[in-house]
Amino acid sequence: MPEYKELTAKQMADGVKAGKLSAVELTKEAIKLAKTEGKALNAFITICEEKALKQAAAIDALVKKGTSSPSKPLAGVPVAIKDNISYTGYATTCASHILDGYIPPYDATCVKNLIDAGAIIIGKTNMDEFAMGSSNENSFYGPVKNPVNHELVPGGSSGGSTAVVAQRIVPIAFGSETGGSVRQPAALCGVFGLKPTYGGISRYGLVAFASSTDQIGPLARTAEDIALAYQVAAGRDENDSTSVAFDHPVYSEKLTTDKKFKIGIPKEYFAEGLDDEVKQVVEEAIKLLEKAGHTFKEISLPMTERAIAVYYIITSAEASSNLARYDGVKYGLREAGDQDLMTMYSTTRASGFGAEVKRRIMLGTYVLSAGYYDAYYRKASQVRELIRLDFEKAFNEVDLIISPTSPTPAFKLGEKIDDPLTMYLSDIYTASASLAGNPGISVPFGKTKDGLPIGVQFLAPWFAELSLFQISNILQKSAS
Amino acid sequence: MSEYDGYEPVIGLEIHAQLQTESKIFCGCKNAYGEPPNTLTCPVCLGLPGALPVLNKQAVEKAIKMILAVGGKVRNRSVFARKNYFYPDLPKGYQISQFDKPIGEGGVINFQLEDGTKKSCRLTRIHIEEDAGKSLHPEKGEGITRVDLNRCGTPLIEIVSEPEMRSPEEAYAYFVKVKQILQYTKVSTGDMEKGHLRCDANISVRPVGQEEFGTRTEIKNMNSFKGVERAIKFEIQRQVKLLKSGGSVTQATLLWDESRQVAEAMRSKEEAHDYRYFPEPDLVNLVVKDDWIENVKENMPELPDKKAERFVKDYQIRPYDAMVLTDTVSLADYYDEVMQSAKDGRIAANWVQSELLGVLKDSGDDISTFRVRPNMIADIVNKIESKEISGKMAKTVFAEMVETGKGADAIIKEKGLVQISDEKQLLAIIDTIISANSGNVDKYKSGKTNLLGFFVGQVMKETKGQANPKVVNRLLKQKLDG
Repeated sequence: MPEYKELTAKQMADGVKAGKLSAVELTKEAIKLAKTEGKALNAFITICEEKALKQAAAIDALVKKGTSSPSKPLAGVPVAIKDNISYTGYATTCASHILDGYIPPYDATCVKNLIDAGAIIIGKTNMDEFAMGSSNENSFYGPVKNPVNHELVPGGSSGGSTAVVAQRIVPIAFGSETGGSVRQPAALCGVFGLKPTYGGISRYGLVAFASSTDQIGPLARTAEDIALAYQVAAGRDENDSTSVAFDHPVYSEKLTTDKKFKIGIPKEYFAEGLDDEVKQVVEEAIKLLEKAGHTFKEISLPMTERAIAVYYIITSAEASSNLARYDGVKYGLREAGDQDLMTMYSTTRASGFGAEVKRRIMLGTYVLSAGYYDAYYRKASQVRELIRLDFEKAFNEVDLIISPTSPTPAFKLGEKIDDPLTMYLSDIYTASASLAGNPGISVPFGKTKDGLPIGVQFLAPWFAELSLFQISNILQKSAS
Repeated sequence: MSEYDGYEPVIGLEIHAQLQTESKIFCGCKNAYGEPPNTLTCPVCLGLPGALPVLNKQAVEKAIKMILAVGGKVRNRSVFARKNYFYPDLPKGYQISQFDKPIGEGGVINFQLEDGTKKSCRLTRIHIEEDAGKSLHPEKGEGITRVDLNRCGTPLIEIVSEPEMRSPEEAYAYFVKVKQILQYTKVSTGDMEKGHLRCDANISVRPVGQEEFGTRTEIKNMNSFKGVERAIKFEIQRQVKLLKSGGSVTQATLLWDESRQVAEAMRSKEEAHDYRYFPEPDLVNLVVKDDWIENVKENMPELPDKKAERFVKDYQIRPYDAMVLTDTVSLADYYDEVMQSAKDGRIAANWVQSELLGVLKDSGDDISTFRVRPNMIADIVNKIESKEISGKMAKTVFAEMVETGKGADAIIKEKGLVQISDEKQLLAIIDTIISANSGNVDKYKSGKTNLLGFFVGQVMKETKGQANPKVVNRLLKQKLDG
């Protein structure tokens, strides 16, 4: 077998389908790495060894029979999924104490799509509890470490999924985004991370944080792999009313293009609070693309300064409702079960949720309460519409928008954990697109002088993922 | 108004009706009653992490049907909202309902009181929502509460009235009329015993002549139509008594206790809800296009008021009879079918109302499957109308029909029940009787005219009851008086 860590998902699938690589061997290697390097990063909560090996053996058998068709684009490719995605028979913890012992009896649609495509799910990755966080420190199972430097955070909330791709334990992993939870860790760990258009990938089986912005998103090391991963996972799903029927092109066939993009530079994204080195790197990317013939134009997204406030009001409101079901009655943790109902409820929830989750439940409950709804939730919903219009207007003028993904590179474990407001600013460049439903990608490009990865973000109109993959491919090629 | 010591009640009802659909409102589980606990469930209606609702079109169609049946307006774009509260039988911690943009607005219910007074009450709104599960509490003291989630996600509509009813009797008649429309349209079975239909009442009282409403209370947990009437009456009297004694009504939710016939306030902790409604982000807006509304309109069955009007016009029956006969769809259909071949609407109406319903009431049989079919009743009606049989004979024939399921002709033949109306035949018998009872003939002629009954009796005896008494009466009078 060629060096496992050097293989892309595409190479693995091609090798498996051609009978040159064994799905079982790839899976064994991935599991071995998960148990060693993955463990050192604290990246996995559960390793799905038994089912993974069975699935891999089945793929190899299909290939032997000569029946593995091109319809299995991820044949034998080990993947990891964030532990808020439902996978039958394995704990889905959302990195929360409150889901102790809960084992889902059904597969998320995304999981079904992956398995249909021949992917081997080797494990479920660590994350910020219920996907709330930007550093992966809010996990009941402890923080994930950044593969580049174990003293640093990997970003969050999909820290585990990002770390296992950056560490090359798997070529593809799936995380989830609510306001930057794929793009931001992708930037901090130096991999590609996609937040699809809202409705692009079915949310059925994704444990809800904020339903109106939640999206599953893939992480990978190449533009081609991330396109492949999205292709497999995306599509209209009858079980998700908000998923969209869109005629997706075959992305991998259209990655290379002569098209010259018109790219907007939102002045609000290069203002105060942006780290100098990050700014320099993004400017280098702009220069490089300019040389390649793409044009740039300064644009304005005037509602940007409101985005974080709107984001935290809306997503916390939805979270306060979405997390109401964790009450000790039906599954998961139950404390004070021999006491009266109210005591059982409050003891269970007090003990089961971590500090950040509680903070958001309280915030969300507050903004929906009688007497406050109009001033907070309703107002935020109105401003959200203005944010959406900002993007709509911008995309009348440009094909894409470029910006930093995160205002800073990876920071130290513990550095911001006691300062939630500073932590919340990690999402400043990503939250707007989540509120507006637009797709965005973080492309690894350049490093700080200390060798820390930096991500360049591109945003696109609804369902213009193809442009994101193409520009990623262009930037990836010109960087190397 | 003296009934309530110078106070006038103000009543509004909130009726919850379970929709008669194949599957639940947001998942594919069967919508059924009486299955073993927690067997009609799936990740969606159990509210498992990550599961999502998908709206059942049939439920929407039923809601549209009810809105149109009461003359309401169907909103082209309505919005689902979450109503948040904690309870063990509510697995998501919120109920998916509709709040500020319900699917139906307006409409009116026309109803009639027992004394025939016609009334109407406007509707505020009709909205779609999901039912919760059921908590099965232990009998007194020990044991644990169990939860059955089969009912979770059963589609409901909530029909909210304006506060326009002014007596418990009006509330009762309104509620019965709503049930009738639900059943006519097959929107709901309207079965209160199975919880398919539930009713909460908002009640306040005010001095007669005062325009402003008094403080209202809400009563829940009534489980029969008459129970609703009784609970409302109880609460009106309680409020009036309170006000008369110088007290004031506090806003509260009360639970009706049918066995003790009292309503008592829930603990304040149980009712202190801030439901924190907000738009349900897991569902898109519900868009109902005009052609869908038109389609439902075109397929609307004949509603009770229209049917009663038709009965009066086509079958020449009294409005009161028409109202009784249109009480349920199955009764109205039965009568309609009787009238396919019956020649006299009034005789038929009498027979269906008194004889048929009497038997059904005693036997508990279902009219739509009862062995005496409408054409069989029509036969009896026609034989009465043509005087082939007397009313008395008809009852014998009917009793035999109920017993054996045989047709009228067969029974008449078997029992030799044909009525003798032939004058010649009867005159011959009358002559024999007159000559055999000359003493009584003399007494009659001397003024004891009440002896006519004796002669009639003799003729009936002679003919084994088959003589047409009307004809016998006439002929005897002619003979004896002539």
